[in-house]
Amino acid sequence: MAALELLSAEGFRPDGRRPAELRKLRARMGVFAQPDGSAYIEQGNTKALAVVYGPHEMRGPRSKALPDRALVNCQYSMATFSTGERKRRPHGDRKASEMSLHLKQTFEAAILTQLFPRSQIDIYVQILQADGGNYCACVNAATLAVIDAGIPLRDYVCASSAGLVEDTALADLSYLEEAAGGPQAALALLPTSGHMALLQLDSRLHQDRLGAVLEAAGGACRAVHAVLDRVVREHVREVTALLGD
Amino acid sequence: MRETPLSNCERRFLLRAVREGKRLDGRQCYDYRNVRISFGPDRGCCVVELGRTRVLGQVSCELVPPKPNRATEGILFFNLELSPMAAPGFEPGRQSELLVKLNRLIERCLRNSKCIDTESLCVVAGEKVWQIRVDLHLLNHDGNIIDAASIAAIVALCHFRRPDVSVQGEEVTVYSPEERDPVPLSIHHMPICVSFAFFQQGTYLLVDPSEREERVMDGLLVIAMNKHREICTIQSSGGIMLVMDQVLRCSKITAVKVAEITELIQKALENDQKVRKEGGKFGFAESIPNQKITAFKMESAAVDTNNVEEQAEEIITKADPPSEVFATPILHAPGTAQIGEGIENSWEDLEESEREEEVEEEGESEAATSECQRMETEDTSTISKAKDEPIVLSDSEEEEVVILEPQEVPNKTRTQTTSKQENTSKKTFNKRRRKKRAAR
Repeated sequence: MAALELLSAEGFRPDGRRPAELRKLRARMGVFAQPDGSAYIEQGNTKALAVVYGPHEMRGPRSKALPDRALVNCQYSMATFSTGERKRRPHGDRKASEMSLHLKQTFEAAILTQLFPRSQIDIYVQILQADGGNYCACVNAATLAVIDAGIPLRDYVCASSAGLVEDTALADLSYLEEAAGGPQAALALLPTSGHMALLQLDSRLHQDRLGAVLEAAGGACRAVHAVLDRVVREHVREVTALLGD
Repeated sequence: MRETPLSNCERRFLLRAVREGKRLDGRQCYDYRNVRISFGPDRGCCVVELGRTRVLGQVSCELVPPKPNRATEGILFFNLELSPMAAPGFEPGRQSELLVKLNRLIERCLRNSKCIDTESLCVVAGEKVWQIRVDLHLLNHDGNIIDAASIAAIVALCHFRRPDVSVQGEEVTVYSPEERDPVPLSIHHMPICVSFAFFQQGTYLLVDPSEREERVMDGLLVIAMNKHREICTIQSSGGIMLVMDQVLRCSKITAVKVAEITELIQKALENDQKVRKEGGKFGFAESIPNQKITAFKMESAAVDTNNVEEQAEEIITKADPPSEVFATPILHAPGTAQIGEGIENSWEDLEESEREEEVEEEGESEAATSECQRMETEDTSTISKAKDEPIVLSDSEEEEVVILEPQEVPNKTRTQTTSKQENTSKKTFNKRRRKKRAAR
């Protein structure tokens, strides 16, 4: 297989984007009737579904209930048809457990858990098609689902990935760019305060380039925030119109 | 078994110490604990001690068919195990969150950063490749497992020698260590993890947290770097809200620490190499310090004791003098003395009612005894009369208790009636007591 140029001479990426350009982002809230909140997001070819139940009483061992805040329980799973080769284990393997932990950590920081002591909030995320930026799509979908469920958040949690190719920082990596093995960062940001709820970096990146990559990721997160905000407002407008003022 | 929870006063103490920039073992905020690396007799076996945290690393290799989508690359497998001997909270068999987190971090730090050249592990493309397996066991948990584990992994990989192979057409010959010297793995760089513990929403940070500090921290940031200042992995955990310049500052500190640790590793490897070549004694028996039970040796803590006397004087003069001094102890009995009278009993109600009851009891018992005495002295009526008296013996506490009056009892049945009277009076007295208790 011929090596694909990740950045052409004119500065275009394999899918025709500019380095700082995001993939097309489309989202819908309230896709399911049963759960308290649900959302579906498409970032380029990556499709993710998120569903939120809660806050409700603790299920399982009561001893795990926290006396002063809610417990956030996340599960990340990839559909067996989501990747090029059929996935044998949708969840339960190490990578999925790690993703679930990261999601839990992100949302524990963002949700105002002090308002719901001794209760549990469940967030289930399913990847329907994986084309790079799995974690980021999950976080964005879960944010919308949590907003749909009416659970109070400190701020939107917007996530985006970023990488580096020949001294140029790329935002929102696709699967091709991730598989190439270059440095890649995933960032979950609370846009208003600029705080990072989660930062993850893989592969070798020189210390001096760290700032550039983080800036690119931060910019992409803010762009995602603008889109998500628009989606939420549209949804609220639709729902209130249906309810008839 | 469950971990013993940290008491609130200990938590407050640790947090206050952090705010004042002090650590329990006397280190500065950016200081690492002592790193000690020792090697075992086999190639690829090492023990790393970071303070009291101890990790054992062992590397082994095997010829296996490669993964289908990567036919020309060898396989690297990392496995970190939290042995139950490391901490009371670790149980065998259960895959906890911590284990997943640590394992994934080690994998990403060492595999994704391509520190080992996997292409060189290929023997026959598509058929046979070397599978290198790194097993890490945590032997003692005193905080900062990830740093110790990453050092152990990379040291073990550098120390390891794999058997030499030669391929002639279709034949693959694996030489034993006697036939041909084993070959080292080709390692590009050495990634080392450095952990930062954050306190109070990122205002204070400590490098290399100990186990106590880990329990009270807000979150952890792990940065893995090699000595060429290339970041291999960054992972934030625990839900801390980071700002970009915090991360950049941490990366600068990491660069300094990694340079120091890499130097230490190089020296340790060289020492071991020298000892093996010269035929000297090597292995755990020689390198792990001999700690006899009869001797007590403590590591000197890095605490400044220069002006301890002045500081102590200051504290003493500022402190309040003790409230009261009791000169003479009261001797109750040989071996029992009393100094002072203790604090006043704050269980007032209980005492009052107890006292009441005591008085009553005494009164009743007195009454009972006086009754008995009177009966004994008197020559009174028959048993039948006593029998005629209504004896109300119900279990209900609500009902009125009937108190029997002392009767005129005949002489012959003196003892019997007295005992009967005693019993009944005792019963009523018991009932009264029960009633009093219920009312309380």
